[in-house]
Amino acid sequence: MHKIGWLRVPLVATYAFLYIPIAVLVVMSFNASKNPFNWAGFSTKWYSALFDNELIRQGFINTMIVAVGATILATILGTLLAIGVARYFRSAVVEAYSLAPAIIPDLVLAIGLLAFFALIGVTLSLFSVLLAHVVFGMAFVSAVVIARIGQTDSSLEEASRDLGASATTTFFRITLPSLAPGIIAGALLVFTLSLDEFVVAYFTDGPSTPTLPIVIYSMVRFGVTPEINALAALLLLVSFTIVISAQRITRLTDAV
Amino acid sequence: MTLETPLLSISGVSKAYGDVVALDNVSLDIRQNEFFALLGPSGCGKTTLLRSIAGFEDPDAGTITILGSESTTPINLLSLPPNKRPVNLMFQSYALFPHMNVRKNIMYGLQREGLSKEEIAQRVDEVLITTGLTDKAAVRPAQLSGGQRQRVALARAIVKRPRLLLLDEPLSALDRKVRAEMQIELKRLQHEVGITFVVVTHDQEEAMSMADRIAVMHEGRVQQIADPVTLYAQPANVFVADFIGSGSLLHGVANQGSFSAYGSTFPCHNPDQIAGDAVLVLRPEEVRITAAAPTDNPLMVGSIIETHFYGGSSSTTVRVAGVDHPIVASHPGAPQYIVGDQVGLSWNPQSAVLLQVQP
Repeated sequence: MHKIGWLRVPLVATYAFLYIPIAVLVVMSFNASKNPFNWAGFSTKWYSALFDNELIRQGFINTMIVAVGATILATILGTLLAIGVARYFRSAVVEAYSLAPAIIPDLVLAIGLLAFFALIGVTLSLFSVLLAHVVFGMAFVSAVVIARIGQTDSSLEEASRDLGASATTTFFRITLPSLAPGIIAGALLVFTLSLDEFVVAYFTDGPSTPTLPIVIYSMVRFGVTPEINALAALLLLVSFTIVISAQRITRLTDAV
Repeated sequence: MTLETPLLSISGVSKAYGDVVALDNVSLDIRQNEFFALLGPSGCGKTTLLRSIAGFEDPDAGTITILGSESTTPINLLSLPPNKRPVNLMFQSYALFPHMNVRKNIMYGLQREGLSKEEIAQRVDEVLITTGLTDKAAVRPAQLSGGQRQRVALARAIVKRPRLLLLDEPLSALDRKVRAEMQIELKRLQHEVGITFVVVTHDQEEAMSMADRIAVMHEGRVQQIADPVTLYAQPANVFVADFIGSGSLLHGVANQGSFSAYGSTFPCHNPDQIAGDAVLVLRPEEVRITAAAPTDNPLMVGSIIETHFYGGSSSTTVRVAGVDHPIVASHPGAPQYIVGDQVGLSWNPQSAVLLQVQP
């Protein structure tokens, strides 16, 4: 392997392409100057400014309400959907339809949901954003859990029944624990997706309860401030933590 | 033959999946404490039958009953869900719960019975000793070898003290050496715990070496039920003769004490007065190799195409002109002839089994 060391050049270049913009953002969030072309020394003042900004604080709370609620609902429904599809419909078409909301363009989903909410007379609010996020979140959870079911020995449930367990006991003591790595990974995925979701939220949110991405969007229209950089850096931190812990959880529970 | 009521009684069981018939009017009895094997090629229905006993398949017709532990009236198994049947199944994949350690895997079934903590602990400890797993109790299945996993699966099933233990291809996931050890181990355990075993296998050597009685199955039907020696020496039909043991089958026509095939006539033992299309079964150890000279009265003459020396014994494969497949002879010691030699073949007419070919 070490003999083809020159292959490292495109590797490094690719990573640089991926991460330099993010690195610049993080560095600029600590710039004392408001001017991105002028480094005026290290400062954390933009971070403290963030916490004083009422609009951002409210946006953060709104986003957390949506993300936590959507994660819980999407995880429960997505898991049940995955088990149902895997157990009763051994059909690629049914499986594909359960995944579709994860794949179709956000814009299409957003317009569709907006039209649907209008049709059934739901007032746009945080609740409608939450429901909208459950729609695609569920699809992601079921995709991950279906993959997990594929790796799980299908006779585990029969073995449990054979050893004297009822169907309910089998579900809670065997089915759920053996799918846990997939369920947890799916939940964390939905949480990170919901956290920074803009398009669907923009279409389905009420005017008085903007989520954090909507708040950022309205601020950015007047130029990127270092405050926004600080906020983005924090979001990055949260997403990275979740992704890494998701990987760790999956690996830990897999190494049984 | 004993007159006791059989432990498990299968009667007229049929099962079809669409047009595919998996079980066709299967009836058999399994006795108390016996080591019974369901043997057949894949797709013969043996696994469907096993799963019907365990409760994971619902036969279209027929009954399966089992003697209860106290009462002498048989219980109708088919009316019970799998978790209420006094039988346990050891799965081919072992189906160990990956999120539980060995001890918890074994405890699982006892906890479902609502036994006291003390009794569960005591029974689990006992079975850990019986299966030699005491030092693995805290380990998760993923860290065990194939043989150890099989022991856990076995322990998890026998700790329930079922009336009947069903084993689905118990040795197929093991490599050759471990398989030989586990064959002996299974026999030992069966004696030790005194549970009736029903093993499904496609491996005739495995079935022959372990089972007290074997049911040979083919295309959803039971072909013959007998002990291993009878199956080998007196196969009921051509399928059983071909499937059990090795040997050459000569296709020909039987007629009043003689058997004609490939333009020659051979003496044969024909107590059943078989007439018409028939098959003569020549087991390798019954075939003698002699010189080709007519003075030795060979029944057939051919040339050697292969010899194998196994240490204590050897086998010689002979091609006879006009016979579509070669004839194998085995004998103690080293091969007496080399490839290319012309030799004579003969056998004792009493030891070659003649079977009617069903039209």
